[in-house]
Amino acid sequence: MFPDELKYTKTHEWAKMEENTDVVIVGITDHAVKQLGDIAFLELPEAGNKIKKDSPFGAIESIKAVFDLTSPVTGEVIETNQQITDNLELLNTDPYEQGWMIKIKIENKNEFESLMNASVYEGFLNEKGEEH
Amino acid sequence: MRLIFEKSISGKRGVRFPERDVPSACNIPDGLKRKNYAELPEVSELDTVRHFTQLSQHNMGVDTNFYPLGSCTMKYNPKICEEAVLYKGLADLHPLIPQLPDGNKLTQGALQVLYETSQFLSEITGMAEFTMQPLAGAHGELTGTMMIAAYHASRGQKRKKVIIPDSAHGTNPASAAIAGYEVVSVPSNAEGVIDLDEFKKALDKETAAVMLTCPNTLGLFNTQIKKIADKTHEAGGLMYYDGANLNAILGKIRPGDIGFDIVHVNLHKTFGTPHGGGGPGAGPVGVKKNLVEFLPISRVVKKTDGTYALEYNYPSSIGYIAPFYGNFGVILKAYIYILLLGQKGLTRVAENSVLNANYIMKKLEPYYHLPYMRTCMHEFVISAVKQKKNGVRAVDIAKRLMDFGFHAPTVYFPLIVEEAIMIEPTETESKQTLDKFIDIMIKIAKEADENPKITKTAPHNLGISRLDEVKAAREPKLRWTK
Amino acid sequence: MPYISNTDEERAKMLAELGLNSIEKLFKDIPPELMSSSFNLPKGKSELEVRRFIKELASKNITDLICFLGGGFYDHFVPAAVGAITSRSEFYTAYTPYQAEVSQGTLQSIYEYQSVISSLTGMDVTNASLYDGGTAICEAIMMAVRITRKKKIIVDEAVNPIYRKMLHSYAANLNFESIDVPVGKDGRADRKTIESELDNNTACIVLQNPNFFGCIDDVSDLADLAHTSGSLIILSTYPVSLGILKSPGEMNVDIATGEGQSLGLGLCFGGPYLGLMATRSKYIRQMPGRIVGETADKNGKRGFVLTLQTREQHIRREKATSNICSNEALCALSALVYLTLVGKHGLRELAELCNVKACYARKRFLEIPEIKQKFDSPIFNEFTLELPANAEDVISKLVHKGIMAGFPLGRYYKNMKNCILVALSEKRTKKEIDFFAESLGEIL
Repeated sequence: MFPDELKYTKTHEWAKMEENTDVVIVGITDHAVKQLGDIAFLELPEAGNKIKKDSPFGAIESIKAVFDLTSPVTGEVIETNQQITDNLELLNTDPYEQGWMIKIKIENKNEFESLMNASVYEGFLNEKGEEH
Repeated sequence: MRLIFEKSISGKRGVRFPERDVPSACNIPDGLKRKNYAELPEVSELDTVRHFTQLSQHNMGVDTNFYPLGSCTMKYNPKICEEAVLYKGLADLHPLIPQLPDGNKLTQGALQVLYETSQFLSEITGMAEFTMQPLAGAHGELTGTMMIAAYHASRGQKRKKVIIPDSAHGTNPASAAIAGYEVVSVPSNAEGVIDLDEFKKALDKETAAVMLTCPNTLGLFNTQIKKIADKTHEAGGLMYYDGANLNAILGKIRPGDIGFDIVHVNLHKTFGTPHGGGGPGAGPVGVKKNLVEFLPISRVVKKTDGTYALEYNYPSSIGYIAPFYGNFGVILKAYIYILLLGQKGLTRVAENSVLNANYIMKKLEPYYHLPYMRTCMHEFVISAVKQKKNGVRAVDIAKRLMDFGFHAPTVYFPLIVEEAIMIEPTETESKQTLDKFIDIMIKIAKEADENPKITKTAPHNLGISRLDEVKAAREPKLRWTK
Repeated sequence: MPYISNTDEERAKMLAELGLNSIEKLFKDIPPELMSSSFNLPKGKSELEVRRFIKELASKNITDLICFLGGGFYDHFVPAAVGAITSRSEFYTAYTPYQAEVSQGTLQSIYEYQSVISSLTGMDVTNASLYDGGTAICEAIMMAVRITRKKKIIVDEAVNPIYRKMLHSYAANLNFESIDVPVGKDGRADRKTIESELDNNTACIVLQNPNFFGCIDDVSDLADLAHTSGSLIILSTYPVSLGILKSPGEMNVDIATGEGQSLGLGLCFGGPYLGLMATRSKYIRQMPGRIVGETADKNGKRGFVLTLQTREQHIRREKATSNICSNEALCALSALVYLTLVGKHGLRELAELCNVKACYARKRFLEIPEIKQKFDSPIFNEFTLELPANAEDVISKLVHKGIMAGFPLGRYYKNMKNCILVALSEKRTKKEIDFFAESLGEIL
C-alpha cells in the first residue's frame, strides 16, 4: 500500500534518504492527500531556511481548511519543488515521486532512522480507524 | 450576468456636474498627475440602475426569503430605521463638528442618540458603561481584549493566556491573538458546553480572561456559567461575553448579572439593523465599573444641565480605536429599534426566538441526527451524519434548500459537530413559514434516502449551478481587466 | 407587536407540540438565581411617535451651515441613483455571501468594486472592504509586520492625526512600535528625518496623499528608499483625488488604503464609512478581509465566490491574517454605484472641479493681507491658511454667519493654533466662496 523504501510520520509526511548523501526528501502520503480533498494552495519554505524536526515547515490548504506540514527531521532546506506549487494535481497523481516537496540537508541521521516504516505507518492508520 | 465593464461604451455618462463657476484653472503640475484615467465604466444612469437592479435579483435577503442562517440572527429589519438615517441633520452631519469650538452644541441630537443607546445597552446587559465606537463585533472583541490587557497592566501584571471553548466563533481566538494573547482552546463536553474539568486545568494565574458565548454556538445555555465566572475571578481573570447570541436572553438573563465583566453586542444581530450583504455592523462594548476607566475615547457624557458632550480626558483609557463615535448610522437604527420594541417587546423577542427554534428542532428530530438532546435557545445544531451514509452531506442539504426558496442554514459550524447544520429562525418568522421550512427539510431528508443524486447535485432551479470554489482558489481571478 | 407575527393561538399550538403549556418552560434550564435582576427600559412606542421624536432629535443637529470642513471627510454630491440601489433590500437584508448560488448579486458587485478600486489605486488587487480609512491603516501595518517580520513603523505627521491617534493605541496593545516624524517646511513628508529613522527593523513607512494639510506629496522617492531597506510603503489616499493624481501604484506603493466616504456615502456623523485596501499580487495571502474571485459553475457558466478564505478567522482562527468578519459591503456597493455613475471621464472632471474651486478660494483668502499661505506645495481640494488670530475664535465667529469654515489645526498640532484647514468640493459655489472670503475679511 505505502512504498516500502520510504519512512513515515504520524502527521502523514513521508521521507526518503537520497542515496549516499545526507539529504532527505519530504512529501505527504496519498492518505493525507485524500483526507484534504481538493488542494487549493501549498506554502513551502525558501531554500536556506533552517527547520526543526516536529515543527511546521509549511502549510497545505484545501478550500476550507489549513494543515501544517511537519518536518520529519532537523536541517536546512536546500531545494523546494517549484513544479508542484504550480501544478497541485501532482499531489494527487504522483505523491511519492513528482509530488515531493522539499529536500533537507540533515544533521542527524538517527532522526531519519527512527521514523516509521511502511508497515508500522499502515498499522498506525488502522489503529486510528482511518481508511486508506 | 455581464459585468458592468462589459456594458461600457466610450462617451456615455451617468451623472453631470455643474459647470465651472470660478475663474481659476486647475493648477496641479503634470508630474503629479496620473498617466492614464482609471478604468471606470462608461454607462448612462439607466444602464447603471438596470444593471444593479438586475444584480439585486440574484440575491436572497431577509425581505425576499426565509434566512435561517445560524449565529447570524437574520431577523426582519423595520423600515422606519432605514428611513430615519436619511433625515437631514443625521445623514449630512459632519463628524468633526463636535471637535470645533462649541461643537457639542451643534450636535446635541446625535450625541443624545449615542448617550441613550449606550444607557439602554448597559441596562439590557447589566453593565456599568458602554463605548459605542467599535465598528463591528470583531472590532468590539479587539477593543475588549485591549481593555483586558490594560486592566492587568494597571495591576502590574502581564498575563499571557485567554481561554476560549472549541465551539467559539473564529473571531474570538483571532481577536485575542492579535491583542498578543496565547489562545487556550478548551473542549466541550457531552452536553455541548465547555468541559468544567478541562476548564479548571487550563485556568491559572496566567489567564487574562475567558471568552464565552452564552448561549453558545450550539444554542445551549451553560447552567454552570456562574461557577466558571467565580473560578475565573478567583484566579484573577476577567470574563468576556461574546454578544453574538444575545437575542436568546433579552430581558431574561443579563451577562452582567451572571458574572461577565466585558460584553460586546452585535447591533446587526440582536438589535435589528440589517446586515448589508456583510456589513456595516456595529459592536459596542460594555464593561463593569472596575473597567470603566479603560474605555476608549472619546466618551459621550450627560452634563448636569441636561446637555450632552464629548469628553477626552481619561488618562487610563486605551485611547482611540475608531476615528469617531462608532458606526453612527447603525447605532441610530438600533436606537430606534429599542424605542419601538421597549421593555416588553425585547423580552418577547427572546421568548419567540427560542420558541421558534425549539419548534423546528422538535419537528426535525425524527429525520436528522440531533447531537445534543436538550431544550435549545434561539438556535440549534443538527447533523447530516444519517444522510452522509448515502453520500449526502450538510452542504448538499444547504444547496437543495435553495431550490425551494430558502436561504441555507449555517453549515460546518461549529467545528465540533460533524456535518453541522445550524438553524436560527429568529422571532420575526411566522409559524406558516416555519411549517413550510420543516416540510421541505423533511422532504429533503426523504430525498436523500431515496434519490440522493438530486440532493448532491443541487441547486437545480437558480439559473446557476454549484460553483467551483477550488478553481477560484487555485487560479485567483480577483478583478476585471481590459 | 408588529415585528413578531405569531398570534397567541399559534404560540399555544407550537408550545403544545413541544409538550409545554407556557413559554417560561423553555427557559427552565436556567437557574432562577441567574435570571435578570433588572430590565428597566421604556415602554415600546408606535412608529409614528418614534418618527416624530427622531425628526426632533435630527433638528437639534445643525447642518445648514455652508460646509468648508473636510479633514478627510468631505461634503460631496451624491446622485440619487446611489441611494435607489443601496436601498434595495435584496442587497441590504442579505448576509455575507457564504452561499454563493443565492448571493450572486452581492458577489458580482464586490468583484466589480474590487476591479474599480484596483484600477483607481493602480494596484493589483483589492479586498471586499474594511471598516474605515483608519482601521484600514492599522490592518495594513499589521500586514506589513507579517510580511517583513519587522516591528518598527515610521509615520509621517501629515497622516490624518485621528488615524495616528488610533495607531498609537493599537501600537500600545499590539505587536508594533510607531515613530511619528514631523512634517517638513513645505508641508510634505520630511525626507531627511525619515531616511535617518529608516533601518533594518522598519516594517513600513506610513504616508498620506494628499496629506492632512492638503498638500500633494508624490512619495515615489520614499517608496524606492523603503524598498532598499526591505520595508514597505503604506499610502492612505483620498479616492476622489485619484481622478487626477498619480496613483499609489504609479508611486510603487505596496499597500494603498483610504477612506471611501467620499464615494457616494453620507457624512453620517462618522460612519458607517468604507475602508479601502489594495495591494500587490504577491502580498495577497497576507491581506485581511473578504476577497471575491471569479469562477464557473458545473456547466461552465461564470459566477463569483468568496475565495482565499483560509486566510480568515472562521477557518484559521488564532492564526488568521485578521479578526475581521463583518466588513462594509453595502458601503462598498455605494462606492461602486457612485463610481459607475460618475464614470471614467466624470471622475477626472470632478477632481478638476474640486481643485479649481480650492484654487479660487485660496486666491480669494490670500487677497486678505493678514492671511498667509502656510505651505507652498501644490494642493488638491484642501489647504492650510495661517490667520492673524486664533483659528478656533475665527471659526466660532463664522458659525454665526452661517459658515462652517474649516478645521482648527491647533487641536492636533501644537504650533498651529492660528492655522485653519479649508476644504472645497464640487458642491461649493462661487457665491458661497465669495461670501466666506468677505465674511473672513470682516472678522479679521
